[in-house]
Amino acid sequence: MLDKELRSMIGQVKDGRMDRRAFIKHMAAVGLTAPLANQVLALGGVAMAQGTSPYKPTKRGGGGALKLLWWQGPTLLNPHFATGTKDQDGSRLFYEPLACWDPDGNMKLVLASEIPSTQNGLLAADGKSVTWKLKPGVKWHDGKPFSADDVVFTWQYIKDPATAAVTIASYRDLTVEKIDDLTVKITFPKPTPFWADAFVGAPNTILPKHLFADYTGSKSREAPTNLSPVGTGPYKFVEFKPGDLIRGVINPDYHMVNRPYFDTIEMKGGGDAVSAARAVIQTGEYDFGWNIQVEDDVLLRLEKGGKGKTVYAVGGDTEFIALNFTDPNVEVDGERSSMKTKHPLFSDPVVRKALSLLVDRESVKKAIYGRAGRTTANFLNGPEKFVSKNTNWEFNIEKAAKMLDDAGWKPGADGIREKDGKKLKILYQTSINGPRQKTQAIVKQACQKAGIEVELKSVVASVFFSSDVANPDTYPKFYADIEMFQIPLSQPDPSQHMRRYLSTSVATKENKWQGTNFPRWVNKDYDDAINAADMEMDPVKRAAHYIKANDLMWQDTVFIPVMHRLKVEAAANNLRPVISGWANETDNLFDWYREE
Amino acid sequence: MSQYVLRRLMIAIPSLLGISVVLFVVLALAPGDPFSELATNPNVPPEVQAALRAKFGLDDPIYLRYLHWLNAMLHGDWGFSFVSRMDVDTLILQRLPATLYVIGSAQLLALMIAIPVGVYAATRPYSLFDQIANTLAFVGFSLPTFFTGILFILIFSVTLDWLPFVYTTEIKATGIRWVLEMIRQAIMPVAVLGLFQAASMTRFVRSAMLDVIRLDYVTTARAKGLGQAKVIVKHVMRNAMIPVVTLIALQMPAVFGGAIVTEQIFRIPGIGSLLISSILSNDTPVVMAVTFVFACLVVLFNLIADVLYGWLDPRISLR
Repeated sequence: MLDKELRSMIGQVKDGRMDRRAFIKHMAAVGLTAPLANQVLALGGVAMAQGTSPYKPTKRGGGGALKLLWWQGPTLLNPHFATGTKDQDGSRLFYEPLACWDPDGNMKLVLASEIPSTQNGLLAADGKSVTWKLKPGVKWHDGKPFSADDVVFTWQYIKDPATAAVTIASYRDLTVEKIDDLTVKITFPKPTPFWADAFVGAPNTILPKHLFADYTGSKSREAPTNLSPVGTGPYKFVEFKPGDLIRGVINPDYHMVNRPYFDTIEMKGGGDAVSAARAVIQTGEYDFGWNIQVEDDVLLRLEKGGKGKTVYAVGGDTEFIALNFTDPNVEVDGERSSMKTKHPLFSDPVVRKALSLLVDRESVKKAIYGRAGRTTANFLNGPEKFVSKNTNWEFNIEKAAKMLDDAGWKPGADGIREKDGKKLKILYQTSINGPRQKTQAIVKQACQKAGIEVELKSVVASVFFSSDVANPDTYPKFYADIEMFQIPLSQPDPSQHMRRYLSTSVATKENKWQGTNFPRWVNKDYDDAINAADMEMDPVKRAAHYIKANDLMWQDTVFIPVMHRLKVEAAANNLRPVISGWANETDNLFDWYREE
Repeated sequence: MSQYVLRRLMIAIPSLLGISVVLFVVLALAPGDPFSELATNPNVPPEVQAALRAKFGLDDPIYLRYLHWLNAMLHGDWGFSFVSRMDVDTLILQRLPATLYVIGSAQLLALMIAIPVGVYAATRPYSLFDQIANTLAFVGFSLPTFFTGILFILIFSVTLDWLPFVYTTEIKATGIRWVLEMIRQAIMPVAVLGLFQAASMTRFVRSAMLDVIRLDYVTTARAKGLGQAKVIVKHVMRNAMIPVVTLIALQMPAVFGGAIVTEQIFRIPGIGSLLISSILSNDTPVVMAVTFVFACLVVLFNLIADVLYGWLDPRISLR
């Protein structure tokens, strides 16, 4: 759709000349889905649509026990110390944020009473501040009232570097002030199009000031409430055994009507994904199994005559192959993959393009991901308004071979292509993980047919994903030609995700490989697009910047996207869980119920 | 006797110190760090990781960290888990009951099978009973627990739907029903582990009995006109038990240490699963504590075995 036309329509909705439904209809007519239309409106300054709730029960409680199986059990219950989503999931049973995200990426109110927008005056037009109205009458589990003081305190707690909160990045640059007991104002140092980061979603829940005030900064580890949370959530804390069990009971004073449905809740940890799928889908011992990373044919087999099924949620997680733009085999000033080198093979763009033609996404989907994957040519796969329509992928061995032939890469005596004495031999690394090793094998086979020799390497995940400076096998060091993994996109906004590949963020020895741009790709147009998007309040222009950034990566073949991955969960047939690709599994727990 | 015990105790201290140094150095040199998961999280700035490392003393030189650990340990402070920020001793104590119950029952089951079967088989070598016992024993210890565990789950949970395959510490029942539920959920892991242990132990008891049964003093006892049962129990078994006691004593630490594979399969929240998850998340203080406790137990039970030898055969403690 024409940029101008779209913007004038947003204007019409804003002024009340067109109603929301008509707008969404128009959008649908040009092939945009309702959630996307809603988001365009939302960030266009029109009040964000409140996510619709599928919740049916007409009274609180009476639903019996809810038994959850997390094959990696939560190990601590302070969301701001969480390592991994499992800890956020466990904390979220008790603590709550101001708002969360529904399955379509719409905002859903939790502790706030109104979605900020420029229309209701809560969102500043310049994008430099946002005001949140809090729900009145909310109580902590110990009976103390919840107020703006708690929100302000949570910000102070997190931004103190001595606390070493993992959520610090979302809070340290902003200012939170109390307007009155039920109003807080967040001020940003610069225009912030994605203002819904702080205090929104499972990682950003609010802590009770009266229980944490004595345990800030360097004393933060000693708080007894780190292990026995007192929150505002639908369930009250009963018991916690790290890695094994969390128990809770219904909160009779919960602030949402008729909620929650279940009388008790239990989250059991341990084991592995396959047996978790079995305990939920086949034997029905548990109601819900988290993150079922199991090959699809196994799940299909379990589902036959079973007591449960698999549930999917679409987010923006992309499994990709990254290409190294520097030479991993040459050491300059004691540093491999140094910015002072150029990759001997990939400096020829034809080789990069050919490699992209040799990744058979369709086979990977068929053989491995099944219902849990979608083929894609994009690095950025969500939310929908940020997804480029200008790209396409292709699997074509002959075409790749011809391109290499034309560029002078001729097969040598051993069948491996070479040019100027350089052989097309590449090292392909990834973490140890069933689907990844299978994908490696599929890619290697196609490469061999095209005259490229691929050596496979797999590194144990705890090393591959570590920041261990002494270890040569970590992904940021990238001492290989190509490497495959995924970086989760945890919010319905790509800003943090895409900033990782700025040329100022290259991982080098100097920054102890803490830089996030591990392909070591430098492109001024990309930097400009990302920096512009960061300040752009116009949602249509902003989306265009991210689409351009994605297209630049595609043109330069920085990443070869392999699969757009969906979240996979297992649920009992009669359970109605609400799962969002943009939120943690327990984020919408207040809306879960069981069909009688 | 007391001098003998004292002498053995004195030897135990330097060996424990040596073990702790080795464990500490190995763990310190192992790749990965406890905050590796944070590395892929775009929301976590590198400074936070650095701050956490500094806060938990991960950047200090190894010898300093070791001395800190030793000093704290001597004061009864086991340190705290990096991952759950909880005291290590609380964490271990939480896991101990399930381990003791399941692995202990399995060990008991193994003994209850192995000793009678082994003894009876040895009194009638190469009889039909002996042959069957031997064959079963060979089959038993050639099948790994991860195989029998999954087989049991498929038969008893999935096909027959008799037993639950997720072990839970949270049983919603009281009184006799609670006891029955506890037993029901332990049947599979105890059987899997117990039968595996029983198989190797049966072979061991049988050969130890056979060694003794042919000795002259046994023939003498028989010649004096003692009944078969009395000869076996009083004369043969007492001496044959010396190597068996060694084996059992060395397996006792395993009762406290848990069975990693079995605990993982049945989701038993025991020490074994704590150890494996701590190793995977590079939670050094927990790994260090669990392995060190394990080392202490090995040393302690060796000591107990030595004392028991002295009781079974007084000549040993005099030397």
